[in-house]
Amino acid sequence: MSETQALPMPHGTGSSEALRFHVPGDHHPENGTLLGFWLYLMSDCLIFACLFAVYGVLGRSYAAGPSGADLFELPLVAINTSLLLLSSITYGFAVLEMQRNRQRATLIWLGITGLLGAGFIGLELHEFAHLIEIGAGPHRSAFLSSFFTLVGTHGLHVTFGIVWLITLMVQVSQKGLILENKRRLMCLSMFWHFLDVVWIGVFSFVYLMGVLP
Amino acid sequence: MSDHPDLAKLIFGRLTWDAIPFHEPILLATFIAVLLGGVALLGVVTYYRLWGYLWREWFTSIDHKKIGIMYIVLGLVMLLRGFSDAIMMRLQQAISFGHSVGYLPPEHYDQIFTAHGVIMIFFVAMPLVTGIMNFVVPLQIGARDVAFPFLNNFSFWMTTSGAVLVMMSLFVGEFARTGWLAYPPLSGIAQSPDVGVDYYIWALQIAGVGTLLSGINLLATIVKMRAPGMPLMKMPIFTWTSLCTNVLIVAAFPVLTAVLALLALDRYAGTNFFTNDFGGNAMMYVNLIWIWGHPEVYILILPAFGIFSEVVSTFSRKRLFGYASMVYATVVITVLAYLVWLHHFFTMGSGASVNSFFGITTMIISIPTGAKIFNWLFTMYRGRITFEVPMLWTIGFMVTFAIGGMTGVLLAVPPADFSLHNSLFLVAHFHNVIIGGVLFGLFAGINYWFPKAFGFKLDPFWGKCSFWFWLVGFYFAFMPLYVLGLMGVTRRVSHFDDPSLQIWFQIAAFGALLIALGIASMIIQFVVSFRRRESLRDHTGDPWGGRTLEWSTSSPPPVYNFAFTPQVHDGDAWWQMKQHHYRRPLEGFLPIHMPKNTGAGIILAGISTVFGFAMIWQMWPLVVVSFLALLVVTIGHTFNYKRDYYIPADEVARVEASRTELLANHV
Repeated sequence: MSETQALPMPHGTGSSEALRFHVPGDHHPENGTLLGFWLYLMSDCLIFACLFAVYGVLGRSYAAGPSGADLFELPLVAINTSLLLLSSITYGFAVLEMQRNRQRATLIWLGITGLLGAGFIGLELHEFAHLIEIGAGPHRSAFLSSFFTLVGTHGLHVTFGIVWLITLMVQVSQKGLILENKRRLMCLSMFWHFLDVVWIGVFSFVYLMGVLP
Repeated sequence: MSDHPDLAKLIFGRLTWDAIPFHEPILLATFIAVLLGGVALLGVVTYYRLWGYLWREWFTSIDHKKIGIMYIVLGLVMLLRGFSDAIMMRLQQAISFGHSVGYLPPEHYDQIFTAHGVIMIFFVAMPLVTGIMNFVVPLQIGARDVAFPFLNNFSFWMTTSGAVLVMMSLFVGEFARTGWLAYPPLSGIAQSPDVGVDYYIWALQIAGVGTLLSGINLLATIVKMRAPGMPLMKMPIFTWTSLCTNVLIVAAFPVLTAVLALLALDRYAGTNFFTNDFGGNAMMYVNLIWIWGHPEVYILILPAFGIFSEVVSTFSRKRLFGYASMVYATVVITVLAYLVWLHHFFTMGSGASVNSFFGITTMIISIPTGAKIFNWLFTMYRGRITFEVPMLWTIGFMVTFAIGGMTGVLLAVPPADFSLHNSLFLVAHFHNVIIGGVLFGLFAGINYWFPKAFGFKLDPFWGKCSFWFWLVGFYFAFMPLYVLGLMGVTRRVSHFDDPSLQIWFQIAAFGALLIALGIASMIIQFVVSFRRRESLRDHTGDPWGGRTLEWSTSSPPPVYNFAFTPQVHDGDAWWQMKQHHYRRPLEGFLPIHMPKNTGAGIILAGISTVFGFAMIWQMWPLVVVSFLALLVVTIGHTFNYKRDYYIPADEVARVEASRTELLANHV
């Protein structure tokens, strides 16, 4: 490779005249929104990974305070988990209806999803309020700091998901199931299912393992 | 506000008149100078009626080229601030011996070294790197903009918002006194009850949003928007390094966000993540922040490697030697970036086996890096080298960086690290690789792509002055620190007792003075080049005999970059087009679909600045109001569906015809 004059021709092309160096006509690259949103979700996933790791390090640092086995009420958490898992299914129904271009049905399923999400948040706030009331707030021990932060960050995400969901419901009612709105519904769909997956981690890793002696 | 102390406390939180440093003559003088300079600047802008122009053409622009240029302006402005901190420290350490305590009280000195590190990494190196990637990558891959043009504008303004908060800390309250990574428990509320660490946290969190989004943006751009015929292994090498850097950004910055959020919770909500009691674990902070921090140094250096690769190949007039090995080396460095973080704290006491693992992974990084150095050398071998300014920076880099790399391998040996840890040897090492690597690379890139951005070359005489002052100044400033470090002098000390050390600090201060001349030369270079712009004008769009697609369009490029999307056949796409005597199409133009400008980015970032400021001073009503404003503006922005427009075919034809005329007159 001394001089560049002797450039090797790409395979499969003949003389230099055969090479075209621009795309005649209109060229539009495909939309990157869904990929971009995936990338965002993965970065968000890393935030949760950090919080899980922090919980992994501090989860048994009770500082002579209460432990998970003392505090967690599994029946309540089971109801909570069911609400969130169910909301993932109903969001799936909303997407199915969206693909059939049925605006009303889409909106109804979205509404149900939002209500289930709100139920989840309500129960979580109830649990938090109870813990703080009995003196097991986030400042009590490193275990409780990491518990409140991990579960609370997830809850904060669900809350933003609900705000986003309401916004999208307004936009779908205003503009209909146009391309942009469908793309946004798909993004929120990924977000919502992602939060479900994270919650499964929280449920198993924090609650189920937490009540072990 | 003294009539109603409770009301004042509610509204202003911790902010009182005591926060303004009237009693610090240095700060007061700086403040007055900045104030006068600012008023003068605003006056000039108003006098020449530039506000409308700036707002329409720059602040609200979603054109990746303009955003890239704004990033670089931000980086260069902040370089002046970061360097002022540096020269203040050099001066203090050169005179503060024995009975003399120097001119900086310790609490001020501590803020200066913290601000210096934070500013240089987050608000100089990052904006410069992001700016060059923003400007160059879409042009190199034959795209018309990035994947998410609005987010790009928003990212820039969020970075600026962080920079504004850091600058405010100079005059309202104080900055952190903790060192640039704010280790707890020192950065905890018990040891640092003032607002310094809060400025640090919120500046980095707000700027971090911008960095993360710009990382996602450029990743999606490179993956989705390459011109037809450009598979990954035919991408220009700078685009490859940008791809890897943005992978690192997306995979590392969330860790910083998380760990700073936890520190904020410790300070604001009384949690116990990093406290000494209630089960907290301060070493967890150190681990987490370096899991971000080590990839961060590769985020900075990889694009610089890409710039050197482009420059070496252009100015040797040869295809880059070992393209594939360059790509693999870049990818290997990307992966290894995550496997070395613990070498920043071998002294934590993780035991011999853990330290050996991280020592070995650290040393392994020198292999792909060494491969790159040899690839550049072999590219130069039997090339027709022209010593333009970008090439000078590249050669200066290769010598300097090799030295910095070798001291890095020394530090990677855990037993050696035990005596060198936290010493000036370390300070010399990382300045050796960051100045000799990142900064030299960015200066090479600025000199290389400046004609593409503005249509005229930078003046080579002042460019060479700048290069030589920087290079010689660097050696004078940092080689003494190696010596001092080996003698056991620790970093972050504002006063010394042993007079035999003083001569080394005086040499280092002299070096800093030379670097100041280098920066001055660079400013003169910009001014002189602007005044001589007609004689430095680049009419061809290809002033250096470039090889990649950015040189195929005019300088500066039209808003749509390419009238027709290029079809790529070869890694050096533009070089091949020139070999085949490619002729630009002169007719048949079509309307071009482009995104529309929007003010949402600057407005959201402005509100974020207010939000950050309110959080820092704990002005809770303002926190609530600004947070709600953020929410409302964000949601409101999503109701704007008309985000694009078409440039009419006539307009494209007119722009292209004027270029045809220009080429005919000057070739």
